[in-house]
Amino acid sequence: MVNLALAWAEAYAEVQPTVSISVSGGGSGTGITALTDKTIQIANASRAMKQEEIETAQANGVDPKEITVAGDAIAVIVHPDNPIDQLTLQQVSDIFSGKINNWKEIGGEDRPIVRVSRETNSGTHVFFLESVIRLGRNDDKTIFSADTLLLPSSEGITSEVGQNLNAIGYDGLGYITPAVKMLNLAANPAGPFVGPSKETALNGTYPIARDLYMYTDGEPTGWVKEYLDWILSAEGQEIVAKLGFVPIS
Amino acid sequence: MAKRRKLFETIIQFLIRACGYSTVLFVAAIFIFLLQAGLPALFEASPASLLGLRWYPIESLYGLLPLLFGSLVVTIGAAVFSIPLGVATALFIAEVAPRWMREVLKPFVEILAGLPSVVLGFLGFLVLAPLIRTTLNLPTGLTALTGSILLAAMALPTIVSVAEDALDAVPKSYRDGALALGATKWQTIWRVTLPAARSGVLTAVMLGIGRAIGETMAVMMVTGNAPQIRWDGLFFPARTMTATIAAEMGEVAGGSAHYHMLFLVAILLFLISFLVNIIASSMLFRAKKRAERMLS
Repeated sequence: MVNLALAWAEAYAEVQPTVSISVSGGGSGTGITALTDKTIQIANASRAMKQEEIETAQANGVDPKEITVAGDAIAVIVHPDNPIDQLTLQQVSDIFSGKINNWKEIGGEDRPIVRVSRETNSGTHVFFLESVIRLGRNDDKTIFSADTLLLPSSEGITSEVGQNLNAIGYDGLGYITPAVKMLNLAANPAGPFVGPSKETALNGTYPIARDLYMYTDGEPTGWVKEYLDWILSAEGQEIVAKLGFVPIS
Repeated sequence: MAKRRKLFETIIQFLIRACGYSTVLFVAAIFIFLLQAGLPALFEASPASLLGLRWYPIESLYGLLPLLFGSLVVTIGAAVFSIPLGVATALFIAEVAPRWMREVLKPFVEILAGLPSVVLGFLGFLVLAPLIRTTLNLPTGLTALTGSILLAAMALPTIVSVAEDALDAVPKSYRDGALALGATKWQTIWRVTLPAARSGVLTAVMLGIGRAIGETMAVMMVTGNAPQIRWDGLFFPARTMTATIAAEMGEVAGGSAHYHMLFLVAILLFLISFLVNIIASSMLFRAKKRAERMLS
């Protein structure tokens, strides 16, 4: 999410040159702790605050207010001619960790599976690692199979998956082109299998989607309010779409 | 007047000397900077983990062997394709082709050298990779082989151009002598001209390989960047050291273990190209000495 926060801050510097916003990374926990310590005005978080975090903040005299600023969904993609239409998260996890190596093991054609991923420095890579490969389990240390292709750009992923019948890949929903087929996914084998879209990502039925939040101390006022209003405006949400996230309006 | 000229001379001499020394100074400064940024990595990761088979910075797995393997496979592959083809092309242009054809061919080869590597990488990704996948029936076309072929295409113009110059510099009397002794054209080329131009041809090859081992962009686009070691690695995705640095340096936190590790990879790369250069110049030196002995 740090990329998005940086993009907003940079764009806002042109809209409102008198306000200078500095962004630093480190993860959602870092931001929430800093808000609790009153060292920052806005905390970016790619997860909702936990109950104990809210209590700690209130004990410190901070009243965190949550604003949903964008949605984030990952589409799992294959070649349009691949007969597979849907997979469970467990199957996707087994494919990318190297336990399943041929499409016929999950009911497809007899072809080797070629795994395609974003580079390790991409936020999408980490989100996919945590929520799909490790299925959200913190103690799980499963990682990508060593033969996974690590491509430096989204164009690379859609074009390799779009022309190679063996390939399976993933990317942020906003980057997906019509040249590939998006799979319907389900968190458990009984279903329901849901395809990724703006709606299913925002209403929570698509299993690999999350909301991105900003937290402020109390109701935002002054320049903070202006900044947040701008982020939620069409102009701010355009940046969301440009970075491959899901705009909320 | 004479005094002014002398002063002028001294200044020019000083400037030229400074330029000469500065090159050495730059290399030394770069190496010191690399050491400073990369050596802490040796204390942050155990030697055993550096020799591991997995490179995955998110889990602090810093096995350097797959990266070394990737770079070696891609570079050796490029050498195998580009050296015979490059030297043969240079021989054709210098010895066989008629004058007018030579004047057309040489500039064209040199234009090839000016192609930006991103453009070649793009072509490789869109045209070469699918071709390799379908003709060799591989799971994916993004392989070390694809990278090798692209690098060979990049090294070729350097090899052809420099080798052709060296062949051209061989005195005509050598060829005349050989022909007068009854040697065929092929014997003259293979036994007289090429050995006489050996040091220049060797320089050409080393410059070409040097370009191949340091190339990043095109390789990153077509080799698939999967850090793995396997005996048939040429036909499967590989991750080179240069691609690793380029892909990961942009987002890494300054001063972290991962940052130091990337600089350690850079040190490794620096040492390898240093070694290649030393071997090349010692070979040249030996070749020159032998030539001198033969002439005396």
